[in-house]
Amino acid sequence: MADKTTNILIVGVGGQGTLLASRVLAQAAVDRGYDVKVSEIHGMAQRGGSVVSQVRYGTRVFSPIIKKGDADVIMAFEKLEAARYLSYLRLGGLMVINTDKIDPLPVMSGEVDYPERLEEKIAGVVPKTVTLDATGIAEKCGTSKAANIVLVGLVGRTLNMPLDSLAEAIRSLVPEKAIETNIKALNEGWNYMDKISINIGME
Amino acid sequence: MHFQKEVKLLKRLMIGNQAIARGAYEAGVTVATAYPGTPSTEIVDNFSKYADVYAEWSPNEKVALEVGFGASLGGARTLVAMKHVGVNVAADPLYTLSYTGVNGGLVLVSADDPGMHSSQNEQDNRGYGKFAKLLVIEPSDSQEALDFTREAFNLSEQFDTPVMLRVTTRLCHSQSLVQEGEKPERALKEYKKNEAKYVMLPGFARLRHIEVEKRMNSLREYVENSPLNRIEWGDRTKGIITSGVSYQYVREIMPEVSVLKLGTVNPLPENLIREFAAQVERLYVIEELEPVIEDQLKAWGIEVTGKSILPRTGEYSPELLEEVLLNVNPPAGYQLEESIPGRPPLLCPGCPHRGVFHVLKRKRLTVTGDIGCYTLGALKPLGAMDSTLCMGASIGTALGMEKARGSEMARKTVAVIGDSTFVHSGITPLIDAVYNQGNTTVMILDNGTTAMTGHQDHPATGKTIKKSETNRLDLEALVKAIGISRVRKVDPLKIGDLEKALNEELAYEGPSVILAVRPCALIDKSVKTPMFIDEDKCKSCKICIKLGCTGVYWVEEEKKARINPDLCQGCGLCAEVCKFDAVVEGGAR
Repeated sequence: MADKTTNILIVGVGGQGTLLASRVLAQAAVDRGYDVKVSEIHGMAQRGGSVVSQVRYGTRVFSPIIKKGDADVIMAFEKLEAARYLSYLRLGGLMVINTDKIDPLPVMSGEVDYPERLEEKIAGVVPKTVTLDATGIAEKCGTSKAANIVLVGLVGRTLNMPLDSLAEAIRSLVPEKAIETNIKALNEGWNYMDKISINIGME
Repeated sequence: MHFQKEVKLLKRLMIGNQAIARGAYEAGVTVATAYPGTPSTEIVDNFSKYADVYAEWSPNEKVALEVGFGASLGGARTLVAMKHVGVNVAADPLYTLSYTGVNGGLVLVSADDPGMHSSQNEQDNRGYGKFAKLLVIEPSDSQEALDFTREAFNLSEQFDTPVMLRVTTRLCHSQSLVQEGEKPERALKEYKKNEAKYVMLPGFARLRHIEVEKRMNSLREYVENSPLNRIEWGDRTKGIITSGVSYQYVREIMPEVSVLKLGTVNPLPENLIREFAAQVERLYVIEELEPVIEDQLKAWGIEVTGKSILPRTGEYSPELLEEVLLNVNPPAGYQLEESIPGRPPLLCPGCPHRGVFHVLKRKRLTVTGDIGCYTLGALKPLGAMDSTLCMGASIGTALGMEKARGSEMARKTVAVIGDSTFVHSGITPLIDAVYNQGNTTVMILDNGTTAMTGHQDHPATGKTIKKSETNRLDLEALVKAIGISRVRKVDPLKIGDLEKALNEELAYEGPSVILAVRPCALIDKSVKTPMFIDEDKCKSCKICIKLGCTGVYWVEEEKKARINPDLCQGCGLCAEVCKFDAVVEGGAR
């Protein structure tokens, strides 16, 4: 068991399922015997706003929140949110970006433009960047809503979490009827790592 | 090792609020009351799921505490939970409850919101401890939330005092590992009539105030040796006094320093603090918001650093403390040279409030607002709100503007208030508008739930906290009984009807109420087909875009609006506002 605390920042738009993703990763870490803290956002920000949840695990964890420049992994459910929280990633950390694009209000109303080619720009500065169409992959599993679990599968594998622990966590956290689809999504995310040419594994 | 693993498995991840509910259950609490409010909502919501307990959503926090007082008087251990500003509503019974003391233990949870994640101010409710003379205790993670809550009931009964459990958003909504305990059997305490203790006539209250001061002295003795406080000795060049989640931040960045971790924040343990202060070279107090601990130390003549270097506003974080206390700047990390558009929260696709604010904006009315999802109507592109103060304020504010500027003002002013908020504290100002002959026009935005906090029931939904059927408060009949003769119902997504109703009620001399009734889009289970924009008919006027709905977006290259069928709820508001009939039903999902 590594002494160093592992920090996962999960960012997205209210309603995308960041809370469930953080709970699955946290539960899997608990099953492995780690001390775990998770910080969530409830309330007003959930209404279509920018949301962030934070998972920290290690031998002993104090703060529930992650410092800037200290996240080992950022799991971004949306491109703009990946860019917004970029400064939280540590040098050498892993950025996983779902290629979803959800226009925020200032863009919808035409006040400003949605920045172009964001994922390429991020990949230009962050060597360990993975972009994937998690929403599309989830759709093939049965529902686009399981995009969060596709990302969990991929990130869980890079962090050496056992697939069984993640599956078990999903079974304990999602409603009965959604289990099968989510397990499929988990496996798809897990297997996606085989398609990635760069080394994104965490030491 | 194998054994250790098994012990570990018994621990569960819980958010602080869930742990508080568990602590109350393990303490033998059988009555819990609350009005929903972020970040407190999940406390009584979780508690209500235990078997053989009574839990309720009360109409407001004052009622919650009064029911709590009665339950305590009746001998039950009682939990009352609310957000920080809710304590203001409950402050009247609270101050005198301090005089009567309790029968069954009573714990009031005050969930403060430093950083205002979901609140209108960031008041520090530790101040109530000092003024209402309460024992205030503060946990720093979920395990302590459970343990402190359970212990709070013992202390409440031992010292005959209501106890305030003060928590903050970061504790309420952070998960950490919790070891659950047993729930022992506990009988109700006997109820004995005791008017000298529970009837606060001046003659009795004078005697009770003396008891309160004696109790504070007993509590001052207790906190000196309370297991809720502890010193963790380390490097003595720096000594830090802290409490709550700030303790975790301190430990994160300075594992080596000496720390006095306070679990009791009112009264403060003077001797313990002096002992600690005397043995460290430089003393700091690290507390979010007000210098409650620091001021007391200074009053005792103890030299200490706190708010001279740390902010009084906002939430603290490990990186903030690192910067201020250790002069460590956050690492440069990765940067993008790109300006990132903000993403403010906004009304959901299909939200019935959107129709209301579209019309209010178009009519350029002065809108006094209230607390709920609909406060988001203040933001662009709707931007149709002039004021928001506190729960229930919209109606009184509109009346006040009329009284200041004359009845002409009433013809262009509307008060908007949600159904749950109206029941909470909108009824009395409406009575004022009738009694003092205002011409106020009130719109009750009735979406059939307390939406912002996560869809809790309330008296006008006809369902209890456990979702069982109950008597339903009839808002229309209530409003009529108050003396409002003009009450009408409209569908807030039918723009024409809404505008007609507004025109007539604003012109009417006298107070009137428009009930804008349509269920919250997040609870409306009826399946609807997404809308579709016929591009040949779209004249690029952007009126649909100005509704601020994520279901509609603008394609600059084509100068056309489009519907996102994954987000569109098919409410049809964009079709209502489109002058060219370009929006039609039947988009494919």
